[in-house]
Amino acid sequence: MTEKTFDTVSDPGMETPVIHVSPSPHLADQALTTQRIMLDVVIGLLPVVGMALYVFRLYAVKQLAICIVSCLAAEALFARMRGRALPLKDFSALVTGIILALSLPGPAPWYVGVIASFVAIGIGKAIFGGIGMNIFNPAMVGRAFVMIAFASALAASGYQDVNSSVDAVTQATPLDTFKQTGAVAPLSALFFGLTNGSLGETSALACLIGGIYLCIRRSASWEIPAGVITAAVVLGGITNLVDMDSGWTVLHHLFGGSLLFGAFFIATDPCSSPLTPRGKFIFGLGVGGFVMLLRLFSGYPAGVMFAVLLMNSLTPLINRWTIPRPLGAQ
Amino acid sequence: MAATQTQTLKNGTFPHGVHPPEHKEFSEDIPIEVVPTPSKVMLPLLQHVGAPSVPVVKAKDVVALGDMISKGGGFVSAPLHAPIAGKVLKTAVSTLPNARHVQVIPIKADGEQLEGQALFDDVLGGEWSYEGIDQRDPQEITDTIAACGIVGLGGAAFPTHVKYTRNDEKPVDTVLINGCECEPFLTPDYRVMLEAPRAVVAGALLVARAAGAETIIIGVENNKPRAVEVLKQAAAGTGVQIAVLKTKYPQGSEKQLITAVLKRETPLGGLPLDVGVAVSNVGTAAAIARAVLRGKPLTHRVVSVTGAGIREPKNLLAPIGISYQELVDFCGGLNASAARIVSGGPMMGFAFANLDAPITKGTSGVTVLTAKDVRKAEETACIRCGRCVDACPMGLVPTKIALASRAQDVDLTQRYHIMGCFECGCCTYICPASIPLVQLIRTGKAQVIASQRK
Repeated sequence: MTEKTFDTVSDPGMETPVIHVSPSPHLADQALTTQRIMLDVVIGLLPVVGMALYVFRLYAVKQLAICIVSCLAAEALFARMRGRALPLKDFSALVTGIILALSLPGPAPWYVGVIASFVAIGIGKAIFGGIGMNIFNPAMVGRAFVMIAFASALAASGYQDVNSSVDAVTQATPLDTFKQTGAVAPLSALFFGLTNGSLGETSALACLIGGIYLCIRRSASWEIPAGVITAAVVLGGITNLVDMDSGWTVLHHLFGGSLLFGAFFIATDPCSSPLTPRGKFIFGLGVGGFVMLLRLFSGYPAGVMFAVLLMNSLTPLINRWTIPRPLGAQ
Repeated sequence: MAATQTQTLKNGTFPHGVHPPEHKEFSEDIPIEVVPTPSKVMLPLLQHVGAPSVPVVKAKDVVALGDMISKGGGFVSAPLHAPIAGKVLKTAVSTLPNARHVQVIPIKADGEQLEGQALFDDVLGGEWSYEGIDQRDPQEITDTIAACGIVGLGGAAFPTHVKYTRNDEKPVDTVLINGCECEPFLTPDYRVMLEAPRAVVAGALLVARAAGAETIIIGVENNKPRAVEVLKQAAAGTGVQIAVLKTKYPQGSEKQLITAVLKRETPLGGLPLDVGVAVSNVGTAAAIARAVLRGKPLTHRVVSVTGAGIREPKNLLAPIGISYQELVDFCGGLNASAARIVSGGPMMGFAFANLDAPITKGTSGVTVLTAKDVRKAEETACIRCGRCVDACPMGLVPTKIALASRAQDVDLTQRYHIMGCFECGCCTYICPASIPLVQLIRTGKAQVIASQRK
């Protein structure tokens, strides 16, 4: 940039303007920043957080506090180690913290959240070069680590504490119950979220409200949840047709487990999902497809985490496949 | 020509694009004012696309208004004509806002000048008759356009006669006259449409006759209803149609205009001619009418001097070659808040600091922005949000191209069709991480061209 002070016909004594030169365009959409996109995600998560606090009470307070504080601390620590300015103002560590907390079971011990947070920020993000460079969703990297390291805390039994004073926690999760006994949770309970599960996954309603807000703001791309839901409906529908007697319908598949939470809040992480609208839809289809595959055939009742991580690894390939046709190209 | 009723085509548009603030309020309601004859003008020999023109005058020659001072340097070139009466000075060199150093012919004002209302009437005012246009010889029309030095006044400054010369291999069936003026702030085209709508229509009829085009459509964005109204009246009974288009940047880009109005896709790397279309700006159309109907060369144009950094924003009829300084001074000078001076509009214009440079045929205005307009956050990492993909009117993936250019990966930039970018700036405008995408793509294009030369 060059600077030049002008001595034009301005009034004597008046400040002379300082003129800068820079390449075009000279206007920018100042309302749209990375910080604002991340803040939108926090706002979108509020209904889910609210529902988690309502259903899981102190379990949710504790888990959210642990994960948020640990993620922010981890971000600060790793930024310092890399000699970078403190990047907390972009809110991305806050988003990781909230999503991570919401993806954990309430009764999980405190150190699970702490370790998951440090792995999420450190191995999920900082190692790749910080925000924008990560190829996997940081929160899911953290969760995958503790899921393997502390298998019992995150297995079906980890969700349950029969002596708890909080109702939801005394029950098994609806997906697990169905897997073990074939008993089907009432749809309304799944929709409103009065069941056991990871803190953020239980209420389909809260996920829809926050998710739709995100899509309207374009802070999440609608193509991704659309793909996830399409895949779930198609595969769930086929399952229904094959096994007509099962009470677990397509709607149970949609509203149960973390499908919607994953579709709107986890799979939509921009850094680790494809760039083009077509690529995003394919990515969503893949996530939805893997979730259904894991639900129907694997020992893990909730497969969103694995589905997202798997599709994250395919993102560069999807980007390559979906280079859009420019206007006027053959 | 079919004397059908004037049709209005409504709400055409193109995919993607952005909505920057329009800011036409500074100058849209201010009638065109004639700038007093400056003491000196400087005419760059190269102010159009193509070969530089070749001087036909020498120092100390006396020239009258409209005298030819340089002749075209080839088919794709344009002559220059004296915009004032005076004495030719020694050839000099000047740096234009686009950073090109060019040879200029300076002329010092001397003798009686055509000024004020008389000049306005000569350029835009007075009567414009459509009579006999359909009888004119096409070749004669394009010859006159070439001889009068007319180039595209929308900014690109492509020699106009090249587009309309009859070509049996690639016939033109439709002439599009571009009155979109999608750049924020600028209003010269709007004022020309309001104050000389019959000149615009006459110019449109002339080029359609020259090219043998059946269909003539004037495209205007729907934020200019008054222009649509006056153009409709002026076009009544001529068969010229008005297309009212959605207001969106960059609607005024010719490929986007063709898509919006005709639903035709100009091939990547091709010209409108490839899909049977020729596009000219409304100001160019008025200049064509003046050239052919009045026998006057292109010597003056309408420019906006606008933005919050200018004391009194105005639309001016100015001689080509007048210095930016004189335009700014005539508009009361800069405000203390001025932060950036742009030749053209803020999306595609060039920021510059040498106000002694002359305006050229392609200069549509001077936009003076304030610190508030240009405030830009520091660049952060791309989070691959895809907003640039949603914004790109060419359907490209700007962030991939830009980051590949930064890494000097020429193959990757080409796989993502880097040469399809026409640098409209939508991606950079929208980018939440404030990455200078367009600038990186410009460097990338230079790398591609350099690699092809090897």
